[in-house]
Amino acid sequence: MLTKRIIPCLDIRNRKVTKGVRFQNNVDLGDPVELAVAYSEGGADELVFYDITASAEERPIDIDMVREIGKVIHIPFAVGGGLHSIRDMYAVLDAGAEKVSVNSLAVKNPPIIAEMARALGRQNIVVGMDPVRTEDLRTCPSGYEITVRGFRERTGMDALEWAKRAEELGAGEIVVNSVDADGTRAGYELELTRLIATNTSIPTVASGGAGACQHIVDAFTRAHADAAIVASMVHTGEFTIAQIKDALLQAGIPVRRRW
Amino acid sequence: MIAIVDYRAGNLTSVRLALEHLGLPAHVTREPREIAAAERVIFPGVGAAGSAMKNLAELGLSEVLRGVVERGTPFLGICLGTQVIFEHSEEDGGVDCLSIVPGRVRKFTPSDPLCKIPQMGWNTIDLRGTHPLFEGIENESEFYFVHSYYPVPSDLSYIFAETEYAGARFASVIAKGNLAATQFHPERSGRLGLRLLENFSKWDGSC
Repeated sequence: MLTKRIIPCLDIRNRKVTKGVRFQNNVDLGDPVELAVAYSEGGADELVFYDITASAEERPIDIDMVREIGKVIHIPFAVGGGLHSIRDMYAVLDAGAEKVSVNSLAVKNPPIIAEMARALGRQNIVVGMDPVRTEDLRTCPSGYEITVRGFRERTGMDALEWAKRAEELGAGEIVVNSVDADGTRAGYELELTRLIATNTSIPTVASGGAGACQHIVDAFTRAHADAAIVASMVHTGEFTIAQIKDALLQAGIPVRRRW
Repeated sequence: MIAIVDYRAGNLTSVRLALEHLGLPAHVTREPREIAAAERVIFPGVGAAGSAMKNLAELGLSEVLRGVVERGTPFLGICLGTQVIFEHSEEDGGVDCLSIVPGRVRKFTPSDPLCKIPQMGWNTIDLRGTHPLFEGIENESEFYFVHSYYPVPSDLSYIFAETEYAGARFASVIAKGNLAATQFHPERSGRLGLRLLENFSKWDGSC
């Protein structure tokens, strides 16, 4: 049976893994290459790296770092942040990444998703989105609005409509990273994750808010996510990937057990 | 020396990096003579069967690959490489393939709307017996898959392991004589995937 994936997310700032709450008050957690090895050996099913300052600083992604990661881990990993062109994305895959992840870039220029799918293969394209709850149901009928630039800018785009459009254009996977839940450790945004998982035919990844094993169980059983991103709860050392997987197994959720 | 066949079918970096990690001499090549002379051949690939077959024909590699398998060179197909060694694939409106292994390649047709295509992630493999490539790898171990089509051998003796997805129980490992082929990606399957590649590097092609 296909297992549910647990994906530690490593936000990178100045070559250090960092974590904040709602994209603020970031603290350094360590070296990305060392952490990549530790998570890979600890049973992570996949990893995702976001170069969170690359876009703001208008510089390309740190490709040497991607290359170093590619040499030491042999599980799939995605890379996002600071990808401005197909050429940048190709360089990331050529450095050993399995997937490239785009967010604001795709919102500003949706056809790039189709271009990416043609040039790089659909299965390598992750579209990440940062939705926030909204009362304006006329503009956003799902109740969630897409934001960009780390919650700094609202777009007026409905999150569910955007997910469907991204799929049509050629996304291979969608990461739903709730702005409201991010870093709170109070649980994923289940309703929106469920809406997207059940209304698209590509894998949906729950992101933002995981603080306890039950949150991850909920993402799989109640929101029908295909994978779940974890950050603070594992970065702090409070939970190991093995502990999370034990809890999922007890809840009857298939997970990878041998690594 | 292991030849990694480059036929413009996706990114071969991860295969090369996995072999480098193991300290195994490997060479990414599309030169027919190099592939024919290699000690072992890895035939990877990501993408669509139609363009893969077109590229193989243009590069003059179809006959070379058949020859490699016939002469007894240890051969490992991966993902799309595994699919195009069959006779025919349903992909791209139907494509005739290399016909090294009897059988066809079909598309997943899930009845459950929550079952996503492609299959993306780690799934278990149910091994039939033992094989040198799977030494040190327990039955029901998980490997990393990304695919929308799956092989259906017409000669069941080619099936070495099976995996379930989208209501299908499909051949996830093909093995006969010096030929082995996986639908999953050993180069992306962590320690156990590396173990498989290391086993391949020592395999003399017999079972």
